[in-house]
Amino acid sequence: MSDIAAQWNYYLVIILMMLGFYAVIARGNMIKKMVGLNIFQTSVFMLYISMGKIDGGTAPILTGDPATVYSNPLPHVLILTAIVVGVATTAVGYALIIRVYEAYGTIEDDEVAALIDADQDARERADAEADT
Amino acid sequence: MDMFAVNAFLIVLLSIIAFVALRVHRLFALVMLSGAFSLTAAAQFVVLDAVDVAFTEAAVGAGISTVLALATLTLLPREEKPHAIAPLPAIMAIATGMLLMLAVGDLPQFGDAEAPVHQHVAPDYIYGSEKKIGVPNIVTSVLASYRGYDTLGETVVIFTAAIAVLLILAGWTRTPRRRHDEDGEDDAG
Repeated sequence: MSDIAAQWNYYLVIILMMLGFYAVIARGNMIKKMVGLNIFQTSVFMLYISMGKIDGGTAPILTGDPATVYSNPLPHVLILTAIVVGVATTAVGYALIIRVYEAYGTIEDDEVAALIDADQDARERADAEADT
Repeated sequence: MDMFAVNAFLIVLLSIIAFVALRVHRLFALVMLSGAFSLTAAAQFVVLDAVDVAFTEAAVGAGISTVLALATLTLLPREEKPHAIAPLPAIMAIATGMLLMLAVGDLPQFGDAEAPVHQHVAPDYIYGSEKKIGVPNIVTSVLASYRGYDTLGETVVIFTAAIAVLLILAGWTRTPRRRHDEDGEDDAG
């Protein structure tokens, strides 16, 4: 029990992470998937930043006082890079959603899949007719 | 204890935002909640001493991402098709969460200054930032000097993403479905 109290931050972050994960795998709407991905991603950032935290530490900006304890700056640097790369991939995702909507008139996963199946059937039927 | 209260409050707020984002069907509200989530996460990063991460998250996560999403929404339908709770993904999410929580038991204690992650390179960076680089902000000196090539790679990724977006949205790569169907009918006729 004392273990859980000591690690509370990690446990709460994992709950957040799983909410985002559920949105990504369960919801058919592509915008919702992107928002779920954003929640998932931000929670992972939080997990990393939590690891860099030191009790009684301060932000890693030099104060000039040798007794100061600084939180670990390395996770911060890695996550800065990850945030910026994350927004770049998000932009590509939104561009793809726009193209999917133009091509199929819907951004629901299952409807797009049904349209693709219907297309495939129509093409096979047309091929069969051409052969005969 | 102070930090515990603020941190727990922010994480509970984040959970509520994420939960409401799962339930809401209007996409505009969804995108706004996503922005609110990023902004609250930025506040959380300040509590965890990551001030540089906080303002990047506020500017990029809450700012640029939301603007991109709103620009996308102008071209899309406004509502999500209502869905029931999907049992299989829910079970998968809960099972994955359980596994992760099991693994957390092996992590060093939260806030422990003796954790292995703080022993190896971090003290060297903190020492070198003052003595070798001369920049008071340690994150800046690591980002721009020690790991300058990483940052170069990051800008290459952004450049690639920008080219990808332009190519995906450029007119000459488009093959609208309806046009395609009409062509098929013309050929048949």
